[in-house]
Amino acid sequence: MLEIRELAASIGDKPILKGIDLTVPDGEVHAIMGPNGSGKSTLGYVLSGRDEYAVTGGSATFNGVDLLDMEPEQRAAAGVFLAFQAPIELPGVNNANFLRTALNAIRRAHGESELDAVQFLKMARVATKQLAMPDDMLKRNVNVGFSGGEKKRNEVLQMAILRPKLAILDETDSGLDIDALKIVADGVNALRGPAFSALVITHHQRLLDHLIPNRVHVLAHGRIVRSGGPELAKELEKSGYAGLIAEAA
Amino acid sequence: MSTGATGFLQRYQEMLGRLPGDSALRAAAAAAFKEAGLPGGTQGRRSEAWKFTSLRPLAEAEFDQSSPRHEAETTLAGLRLLDAPRVVFVDGQLRDDLSVMPAAGFARFAEQPDFGTLTWPDREPMVALNTMLATDGAVIHLSAGSDGGLIQLVSMAEGDGDYHTRHSVHLAEGARLTLVEISAGAGAHLLNTVAEIHVAEGAHLTHIRLQDEAATAFHVSTTYADVAPKATYDSFTLNLGARLSRTEIHATLSGAGAIAHLNAAQIMAGAQHSDFTTVVSHTAPNCTSRQTVKNVLADRSRGVFQGKIEVARAAQKTDGYQMNQALLLSPHAEVDSKPELEIFADDVKCSHGATVGELDPEQMFYLRSRGIPDAEARSILVRAFLAEALDAVADDTIRSRLEVAVEQWWVRQRA
Repeated sequence: MLEIRELAASIGDKPILKGIDLTVPDGEVHAIMGPNGSGKSTLGYVLSGRDEYAVTGGSATFNGVDLLDMEPEQRAAAGVFLAFQAPIELPGVNNANFLRTALNAIRRAHGESELDAVQFLKMARVATKQLAMPDDMLKRNVNVGFSGGEKKRNEVLQMAILRPKLAILDETDSGLDIDALKIVADGVNALRGPAFSALVITHHQRLLDHLIPNRVHVLAHGRIVRSGGPELAKELEKSGYAGLIAEAA
Repeated sequence: MSTGATGFLQRYQEMLGRLPGDSALRAAAAAAFKEAGLPGGTQGRRSEAWKFTSLRPLAEAEFDQSSPRHEAETTLAGLRLLDAPRVVFVDGQLRDDLSVMPAAGFARFAEQPDFGTLTWPDREPMVALNTMLATDGAVIHLSAGSDGGLIQLVSMAEGDGDYHTRHSVHLAEGARLTLVEISAGAGAHLLNTVAEIHVAEGAHLTHIRLQDEAATAFHVSTTYADVAPKATYDSFTLNLGARLSRTEIHATLSGAGAIAHLNAAQIMAGAQHSDFTTVVSHTAPNCTSRQTVKNVLADRSRGVFQGKIEVARAAQKTDGYQMNQALLLSPHAEVDSKPELEIFADDVKCSHGATVGELDPEQMFYLRSRGIPDAEARSILVRAFLAEALDAVADDTIRSRLEVAVEQWWVRQRA
């Protein structure tokens, strides 16, 4: 279970998160919606440990352990995964080697044996097939020369292989066509179960048609201004954020 | 014990009459060395060619030729040599018992001394020093159209002395050879190698250097190569070790359509200093030269790249490219880069570039967010940075041997 209490964070002198309260029980998928600049991506970065952001108050625990006290790699080993809004290119780093190194690092942290190249490729090929990705994406350099859609699918592939307990998807749906969107949603749905939860940051209702959330939260000016069931996303699609933010202010 | 230029000259006097080869040439070299001294040393002349590298630590070091301290067999066992002929030099002398000799075309300098025609002892103090004191080395002659396969030249030291090996390589028309020079081992010695290389028309020489000496050693390697029409001199240097190293290559593209690749990677830590200096002379038309030189510098280490491309009036349609990139892993590391183009022909394509950067924090975070620990993430990004240079090594077996050497370097740094 993810428990966030009065979380405040800033970049430089600029406060971005101004007291977030949010609980995501095991097995649930929660959507975070809100206008640009409301702090959605910052929330994802702060939870996964990017050090450009300074936490100025509050707490975030995952299954009882303090996330904010851990290095990014420790958070990953604890089961946290951030699907990046703009996945990073790694020229000179082979995608399959990258994925295997990450998986083995996490397995090592759990005291499990490492997978050799053959065992890994067998597993990775099953995952690429499920995500309708061509095999050669494993051979290419990480995200280099990938289209926007391929980069997003590569994030979902990493998630499928690393099998996190808490996935944070930062606008993974943006730039995807309807078919790709459905593949991405299926990728997340495949992981759903009692020991998996997700925070889905999105601008659009359409992802939530395929990936039905338990709760929807609206973030504005660094605070959650409203929470509700899946119907809230549909309401926002019709009426926009303006009325809601004015009401909260 | 001998110290500085005086010590080297004294030893030359002691060895007179016992040194193989042309004694007049040695005497001229000794005179040139006495005149020039060690660049950066107290009596050394200042020179533009040694602007960023001072040999003062070398001038002040005490070398002891007498007492063996490090087992050559132990060093050799750790080298992971390739399954191919190996010519092993210990303390500057060929050791038959450790070597697996090539099938044909090989002689030792001690028996067939060949100082060649390309070197400039009068301009290069370290070449003068070698010419003065060299006692052994590899003399390789491949006949026209023959394939010499792969030959490894291994140099290591049992003592903490100064050793001067002299190699000479001649590939006749259409011959092929892959030469892998490896220097490694413990101790506070000086290895000062000079190689003269002739690649005749249509011949192809791949020349790999792996310098992985102890961080207490001095290493100077000077190569002169003449590349004839349609011949290729394809060289790659990986510098990982030594307290102070200087790799200097003079390649002359003297026949139409000749090709030279002078690629290199240097990975340094602590207070290591590594200098890669090249002079490429295009003297014939339609020749191509390529250089990708990458420096990875940690702690207080310093990397130097000096690359000069000379294009003579006759060398029309020259295609010259030079790229120098450095990755600084510490705020105290330093890189000095000096590209020089000297062009007298009017129809040429020559370009050069230099970049200096640090590890990208976004890439670091991306890797770490996937569970990869900090040190491993750094190693991945450094290897990725080096990949472009290492990819120039076409032979998979050799490239993976070099990758292993880089990997071991990282393991040593973490220990």
